[in-house]
Amino acid sequence: MSKEKHHPMESWLRMDRIPHIWCPGCGIGTTLTAVIAALEKIEANPDEVCVVSGIGCTGRAAGYLKFDSFHTTHGRAIPFATGIKLANPKLKVMVISGDGDLVAIGGNHFVHAARRNIDLTVICVNNFIYAMTGGQVAPTTPLTAYSTTSPYGNFEPPANIPRLAEAAGAVYVARWTALHVRRLTKSIVEAIQKPGFSVVEVISPCAQYYSRINRLGDGLDMMKFYHQNSLIKHMEPTENLDIQYQEQIIVGKFVDRERVPFTELQKEGCN
Amino acid sequence: MKANPKDVFSGTYYIDGDVACAYGAAAAGCKFLAGYPITPSTEAAEAFAKLAPQIGAMFIQMEDELGSIVAVLGASWAGKKSMTITSGPGFSLMMEGIGFGAALETPFVIINIQRGGPSTGVPTRTGQADMMQARWGSHGDYEIIALSPDSPQESFEFTIKAFNLAERYRVPVMLMSDECVGHMTEKVVIPSASEIEVEPRRFYHGPKDQYLPFKPERDLVPPMVKAGEGYRLHLTGLVHDENGYPLLDCDIDEVTQKSTTRRLVDKIRANADKIIEIKEDSLDDAEVVVVSYGITSRVALKGIEQAREYGIKVGSLRLVTVWPFPEKRITELAHKIKGFVVPEINYGQIVFEVERCSHGKANVVLVPHGGAGVHNPDDIFEAIKQVAKNKEKYEGVVEYRTSLERLIFG
Repeated sequence: MSKEKHHPMESWLRMDRIPHIWCPGCGIGTTLTAVIAALEKIEANPDEVCVVSGIGCTGRAAGYLKFDSFHTTHGRAIPFATGIKLANPKLKVMVISGDGDLVAIGGNHFVHAARRNIDLTVICVNNFIYAMTGGQVAPTTPLTAYSTTSPYGNFEPPANIPRLAEAAGAVYVARWTALHVRRLTKSIVEAIQKPGFSVVEVISPCAQYYSRINRLGDGLDMMKFYHQNSLIKHMEPTENLDIQYQEQIIVGKFVDRERVPFTELQKEGCN
Repeated sequence: MKANPKDVFSGTYYIDGDVACAYGAAAAGCKFLAGYPITPSTEAAEAFAKLAPQIGAMFIQMEDELGSIVAVLGASWAGKKSMTITSGPGFSLMMEGIGFGAALETPFVIINIQRGGPSTGVPTRTGQADMMQARWGSHGDYEIIALSPDSPQESFEFTIKAFNLAERYRVPVMLMSDECVGHMTEKVVIPSASEIEVEPRRFYHGPKDQYLPFKPERDLVPPMVKAGEGYRLHLTGLVHDENGYPLLDCDIDEVTQKSTTRRLVDKIRANADKIIEIKEDSLDDAEVVVVSYGITSRVALKGIEQAREYGIKVGSLRLVTVWPFPEKRITELAHKIKGFVVPEINYGQIVFEVERCSHGKANVVLVPHGGAGVHNPDDIFEAIKQVAKNKEKYEGVVEYRTSLERLIFG
């Protein structure tokens, strides 16, 4: 009799919700793998981990992770996570969401949670596009790239997420692509362990919309592109981290600094 | 359950309605407030911020109302009784979170110190024009509970009542106060903790792996758990089943069958008789009934008194609970009386509920007010006279032309 095969990360996943909805070639699954690997590495107690996500493809992450997991409204993952963290500071609260959710509709919350230095780990999957809604231009879409709402090429300058995070006050900022699983995992470990607001940006292929509309091939082609065009430059000043269409992507850890987290300051403030 | 003595600042105070709300929240066991400053509600947040460290509560001033309301939801799911305080423009921004909170059946309280509207409106002066927004403001089907205080004392008491209802029915509860009540300074008596009844959260105590966050028990309401206790909850704003899982790949019948949406509506409708509280005065032989709420019910007292002196049999029905609406009682009265007079500080909101529940059996007259102030009681008296003397049957709601409107618009 053949032995039943189990996925090694089964205990961290809501297996009753698998198969997931993500497309072949998408980088969100890889990101989740890195998140779970990081939590395994630090031997996190899964009962004390909360995952909060917003709306969009990455927003569905909360639905597959077997922690207390919250799939919130569009852009509101960070304030929801803030409420949980402040009400129970013992919990490890992670926000896993997309670029549109965190930087566009949730941009104000991103800035202010970073300013306050709320102890959250934010994993921002950046696929350069609104994919759940069918491929519209995002705040991260590189200049000249096509999308369904930039049919003549995008003319809006995109956001530089690490720079935004640093300027707003994040204590830990890193960027990797979905290809850099090992390094990404290491950064997530560091981000979780870092007290304060930490941000890990994950450049992720969207084979179904971004690369199809721009004729960049499938998920594998995108991975090859990352392989050839990623440049690891730790501690690169974040002002140099703009992403140009189909040009080099600088990855690495850019910010790792000390600032007193919100809850600590609050305790002091109350005395 | 009685209130925790540490949370109750017993004594006799001379404070405004906003501050009384903060004391009420403290007494009710509120341990988390997220808000954004907005006139005329700021005094409530300021007062709570001051009380917070004394009662082991958390106060955070968020970046906006969108964030405030969602932080309140997060804190509520982490196990704290939570609330936010706002006024019209902030209330509009909170609509997203109110729908989300209703869908997740999250207990929390929203205090709306109403001001004149629409838009930025009259920030420092009164209004009652958010009453329909309270009921219908977020998209989709859901029900909420709303209360309306008419004094600082009631602001204190109804805030506690709001928390109790929120916890009992796992529903957002709105305290629909207004600038007049919020900024009115009066004597407020805070009794001892042993005299304050507080509804504890209905926690689930069964086996962990069998917990279903949306499986109802008593009164169609499901028990709750806290994040971080090993239940591995999943909550989503998508239409979901008892387990909280979204109904994505189901056919239409299955969505209708498994979705919690029907129960969101039913749990309030089916328990309406238990929830509804009204204050009645001299309704037994009344020919005319004044239906009012909040500050307007205090103004109406004078008009009612004048009408009685004039010889009209007039009664008063004051809505303590505005939502759910006391449909049955209004219908019952409609069969017995000549008509209703509904003064409110808007151009017609609750009056249409009164008309709906009258089923054409009684005349319904609106005494409108555009906001920034309260009615002249003479207008309420005149409207009562009009209804009492009138012999014809009106088609729909008739608007009484107030002295102010006649002066301005001719």
